[in-house]
Amino acid sequence: MPIQYYIYFSLALFSIGIIGVLTRRNAIIVFMCIELMLNAVNLLLVAFSKMHHAAALTSNAASTAGVEGQLFVFFIMVVAAAEVSVGLAIIVMLYRNTHSVDINFLNRLKN
Amino acid sequence: MQQEYNYLQGYNTIKQMDTLQILFFFLSALAIFSAIMVLVSKNPVHSVLWLIVVFFAISGHYILLNAQFLAIVNLIVYAGAIMVLFLFVIMLMNLNADTEPRKNWWMKLAGVVSGGCFLMVMISLVRQATELSGKAALMKTGDIGLIKNLGKALFSDFVVPFEISSVLFLSAMVGAVVIGKKD
Repeated sequence: MPIQYYIYFSLALFSIGIIGVLTRRNAIIVFMCIELMLNAVNLLLVAFSKMHHAAALTSNAASTAGVEGQLFVFFIMVVAAAEVSVGLAIIVMLYRNTHSVDINFLNRLKN
Repeated sequence: MQQEYNYLQGYNTIKQMDTLQILFFFLSALAIFSAIMVLVSKNPVHSVLWLIVVFFAISGHYILLNAQFLAIVNLIVYAGAIMVLFLFVIMLMNLNADTEPRKNWWMKLAGVVSGGCFLMVMISLVRQATELSGKAALMKTGDIGLIKNLGKALFSDFVVPFEISSVLFLSAMVGAVVIGKKD
């Protein structure tokens, strides 16, 4: 499959995530859209790693080039899991203080 | 005659489209449709369920790319753990469509327009990129995605980041407990 198709698909998912972050006011949905953007990037990293691997296979049949990309995706997933636990704790605290998950309440952090 | 020829050519390309391509386009369409449904659902629980569908579609993409380890990890970590966490929090707060905050329509319009502008700029950029033409991602073959090779690399070259990520998890756990503690 040409690499452009994967780029277009990931771009579409990433843009949907951006639109979600910009248009929704529910903090949890905003958070879910960030997860969507992370997944779009992950998919693109895997596609690029396979592209790199295909290019390396032509010169060396036993090449393992491209493993780094997939391990990078693995570490992104690890960091995302840690990020979700802390972020959801913050959202729960926000809800406990304001009884709402509307992110516009957060503008009182200004003063 | 020309039209008939074009039609036949189109028919041939459809016939030659193998299972891999059909699966690719099906999974892509499913993922994009579910991602849009995540945005337009009024009920947050429905959003979570549609997001799980997106994650399953992306795992299908990983399997098509023969990245089997990442496909399983994606299912276990994202669809399994993270989404259950989201669902727990939503049900803990008793959120539903009635408590959904509304944004005024011009803010929504501005968000959609800016997201669409980003998409158009990036697509035009990719279309102009000459170094990407002729490159293809290897599908169904290539064994770098298997757990044997990934594990070898993870525990030899990447063992320090792997250990540091455990410290990160510990600090995230402590942070979540401290933030979520009732004071």
